[in-house]
Amino acid sequence: MQNQRKDLPTGASTISVHAGESHHKPMDSITDPIVLASTYTFENTQAVIDFIEQKLPREEYGRYGNPNERIVERKLAALEGGEEAIVYSSGMAAIVGVFMAKLSAGDEVVFFDECYHRSREFCAKHLSRFGVKTHQVPACDYAAMESAINENTKLLVSESPTNPHLSCVDLEQFAAIGKRNNVETLIDATLATPYNLKPLDYGVDYVLHSATKYLAGHNDLLAGVIIGSSEQLEDIRYLRGIMGAVNSPHNMYLLQRGLKTFDVRMRQHNQNGMAIAEFLESHPKVEKVYYPGLSSHRDHSIASKQMCGFGGLVTFLIKGADWRETADVIDRIKIAKIAPSLGGVESLIEQPLVISYFECTPEERVQYGIPDNMIRMSCGIEDSDDLIADLKQAIDG
Amino acid sequence: MDFRTRAIHVGNERDESTGAVVPPIHMASTFVQHSAGEWREFDYSRSGNPTRKNAEKTIANLETGFGALGFSSGMAAVHCATMLLSAGDHLVAGADIYGGTYRLLHKICDRAGINVTLVENPTPSRLRDAITSQTRMIWLESPGNPLMSITDLKACCDEFTQEENVLVAVDNTFATPVLTRPIELGADIVMHSATKYLGGHSDALGGFLVTKTQELFEELYFVQNATGAVMSPMDSFLISRGMKTLDLRVRAQSETALDIANWLNADERVSRVLFPGLSGHPGHQIANTQMNGGFGAMLSFEVHGDFDTAQRVANSTELFQLAVSLGAVESLIEQPASMSHASYDRDDRLKHGISDELIRLSIGLESAGDLKSDLDKALSFATTS
Repeated sequence: MQNQRKDLPTGASTISVHAGESHHKPMDSITDPIVLASTYTFENTQAVIDFIEQKLPREEYGRYGNPNERIVERKLAALEGGEEAIVYSSGMAAIVGVFMAKLSAGDEVVFFDECYHRSREFCAKHLSRFGVKTHQVPACDYAAMESAINENTKLLVSESPTNPHLSCVDLEQFAAIGKRNNVETLIDATLATPYNLKPLDYGVDYVLHSATKYLAGHNDLLAGVIIGSSEQLEDIRYLRGIMGAVNSPHNMYLLQRGLKTFDVRMRQHNQNGMAIAEFLESHPKVEKVYYPGLSSHRDHSIASKQMCGFGGLVTFLIKGADWRETADVIDRIKIAKIAPSLGGVESLIEQPLVISYFECTPEERVQYGIPDNMIRMSCGIEDSDDLIADLKQAIDG
Repeated sequence: MDFRTRAIHVGNERDESTGAVVPPIHMASTFVQHSAGEWREFDYSRSGNPTRKNAEKTIANLETGFGALGFSSGMAAVHCATMLLSAGDHLVAGADIYGGTYRLLHKICDRAGINVTLVENPTPSRLRDAITSQTRMIWLESPGNPLMSITDLKACCDEFTQEENVLVAVDNTFATPVLTRPIELGADIVMHSATKYLGGHSDALGGFLVTKTQELFEELYFVQNATGAVMSPMDSFLISRGMKTLDLRVRAQSETALDIANWLNADERVSRVLFPGLSGHPGHQIANTQMNGGFGAMLSFEVHGDFDTAQRVANSTELFQLAVSLGAVESLIEQPASMSHASYDRDDRLKHGISDELIRLSIGLESAGDLKSDLDKALSFATTS
């Protein structure tokens, strides 16, 4: 099972281009039309009644979905090897959508502590308001995760790879803990993408992505997606229709268009990530590089087993630098732009201390593993020699 | 910086007004001025638009030209270039050119008193023989459509470098700047149907003219502004977005095309494959030096049989969709005799080398294995039924 993903199935690129789309489109267009309607008309009253009674597959009102979103949902489900996908207006809307659908007062969630700070914040500040208890355990500490489970536990959550440390979860173990304890499991695989990792193959129940990142790939739209079995997604979709965090037809068209080059983009992101990680590791002024493709990475062995590439995100520490000297390295960079987010064709660079953890106390940053000299770079699809030369001049000062 | 890095960053500079990593789409038709009679950079979108300007900046850089102009279609770009000519002027073009260009030259430009001569397989000497004292423009296309003929662009440009009155324009739609950069080979003007590889997703129409010199840019800008067939902001945005993956797409598609050409070449149901990457192709040697790291993703082949056999092949593929146009992520198939070149009468068409059993493929981004198995099924069906 584990080794199935070492090589991509034939036709992954064909899936990117064609999956989820009808072979014959309206007006014989080669591309799908952007359907901007907020509401959808019925021929007569009987048609409305038939729609309600027979649950006919058609559109009703834009908050329940739109044709462009459904195409993307089918394409993402196909890429991930899942039965169904539900798209949201952002990655955070997706994870909140799952939590709100699956958790009630008294329920508990256990999650690995290396994660996107806004996910953590939602658990700590908002789920708690609704009487849901969350437990953080150290990333990849499976025993700690299992012992945090009790009869109220409903969901186990982790990212893989995690952000920004790129720890990789042993998905077989993770899924097995869930199955053993009758608790559902969710993996945020935004950094891996279905090109590199397919959590559902290991028995994980839900895969979540911020589709804003690699899936859309052009830093020009926001989207989130949850993928799993139709049965398990039914209540999530129902609640999305009430809460309304759907995505727009225009955005969905751009996401669909972005997915067409998903395969070639990921190959280049993987190649650049690896080349840059290797360059950084060999640089005397770099203290440490976090990249699961490097044999020095703690989770290299599990990552190599489960993933067929390691993505474009590389985190590293500048040797002996304080926060200002680290910021100076970033300010000298010419190609990558300073910005949060990742996964687009343009390289982006950031100092986690400044971009995501500026409001935290130094103690909290130690707890989250965010030292002052940490830099996170999202390698785009530019030429790797250009990115390396740029990093070199910036680090050398 | 390397081509791929420039394709992503040049013309996509950080937006100063918001910091946005992707430049905004400026839909405005007009721009507010600060003082009467003092024009700012943008005044009216026909004369210039920030989103169009970004796309123009990118393609000008990739083609290593002075500047570029974005048009509403490839034909609008060709038309603008021909409007540099006046009544009595003469234009020489390769014979294996896009049908739309042929039609423009013979049915529209001729009305304005411009004379046109077509040259089969243009070489420096054949072009030299065709020009007159009135010749002002030479129009070349390489690879040619649909026979994939290769023209030695450098040799042809070199032949006319001394003649300042004779402009050499190259339609670089098939090769793209990833593989060939005509201005580096001496061309004065490069034309693109940006609808094809530059946009790359079958969802935007556009054309570009890229010029070698500032003088030529200004002349063409004058014509464009006076005639108005400009690229829309939304199309400019989509084409800019497409150019960011141009290098990856063209290289991947060219690689698949070479694989399929070799496979077809070895197939007994196929009588001839026209692809410059094959050693038996007459333009192979030139393509080897003129095209950098790939031979493009367009190929034609002839199936054993007749018009009906070819039609059955074109009608029975699943993954290859039956449509004209080319250059996008989706693979397309067509029969020139019944589609792209149906307007020729049969004898003329055959004389041109466009046979009844010719099939043209635009190889997309799908995996080579899936495309081959699709063609294999269609060929079996067509040659046995």
